[in-house]
Amino acid sequence: MARKSKGNNSVTIYPDWCKGCGICVEFCPQKVLGLNDQGKATVVREANCIRCGFCELHCPDFAIVVKNKEEPVEVEMENGTPKPKAKAKPKAKGKGA
Amino acid sequence: MSKFAGNEIIHQYLRHNKKFPHVLCAGCGHGIVLGTLIRSIHSLGIPKDDVVVVAGIGCSGRLAVYVDFNTIHTTHGRALSFATGIKMANPRLNVICLMGDGDALSIGGNHLIHAARRNIGVTALVLNNNIYGMTGGQSSPATPEGATTMTNPYGQLDKSFDTVELARGAGANFVARGTVFHVNRLEKIMVQAIERPGFSLVEAITPCHTQFGRKNKYKSPVDMYNWLKKTAITVERYNELPENKREGRLPIGVFVERDRIGFEEQYYAMQRQLLKPAAKGGK
Repeated sequence: MARKSKGNNSVTIYPDWCKGCGICVEFCPQKVLGLNDQGKATVVREANCIRCGFCELHCPDFAIVVKNKEEPVEVEMENGTPKPKAKAKPKAKGKGA
Repeated sequence: MSKFAGNEIIHQYLRHNKKFPHVLCAGCGHGIVLGTLIRSIHSLGIPKDDVVVVAGIGCSGRLAVYVDFNTIHTTHGRALSFATGIKMANPRLNVICLMGDGDALSIGGNHLIHAARRNIGVTALVLNNNIYGMTGGQSSPATPEGATTMTNPYGQLDKSFDTVELARGAGANFVARGTVFHVNRLEKIMVQAIERPGFSLVEAITPCHTQFGRKNKYKSPVDMYNWLKKTAITVERYNELPENKREGRLPIGVFVERDRIGFEEQYYAMQRQLLKPAAKGGK
């Protein structure tokens, strides 16, 4: 299933959340990711991504999203940080925090 | 199963008004455990308001701040006591207790064994990073024998605690161990632990590069993940290994599955039983 989707995936990295630990770069089976001059992860070879999900599941900072290009975007990027669309109902406001 | 629940799901469970990226160091496994916890709760379909995350003090205590569940950040080592109170007051809630190894095994060790003995329906998640990370890298009860730490510059002399055996001996309903490298296995374990009534304990091995790794020849966070990849082995395969090859291997998987009734269920059953004759007994 995963291999069929090769070349059909988009990898998004939120640069403000990335701390540059290098786990995604080291363990990516297709070497899709690399570190830039700031030491943060960047997408180098997006076409090779097979959507195994390793980087997404192992990112300690929730800074990577891998998905099919055709799927709708649920979390948008705003100044390098993820902003989820207001999809979840905003109930129970001011309860916790 | 074609679509895996990834970070898009996690972003919807985070408190985006808090300061991100979170305070944890680069490469710290605690973030992965938090993500796994969120995914397992999402896959079980539990509403946010029915989950209570209780956290103690330490690096793991910071995790409760970032998630949009009912959360409390309690005193050092007493996370399980608070969780016991919450579960007894409202047994409908799913109470998840996030503790570090110092929190669960040293200062809160007594609470851990008694919560397991009592079999209260709480899911205890012990994030074992082998060290007291937040306070500067002192030896914890989970520091492996021979490891170098700030307080043991010539190597730790004590034997380390085996959390799994401790919980098994204390009578926990469900005991399992996972690592942050084997995320999918850890997620499955967490789903089982949350579903099972009674006390369930999951030990998650998360590497601490800043305080533990740098003093123990792991030069980068990636080296620590490679170490997890090499040492971890499933329980089934570990049991098949001959005795002399078990040294230094880390068994992961489910160790104990019992079916005792949780303490809160027993308590409310007893309450109903005692109230019955009182309602009749007006004669």
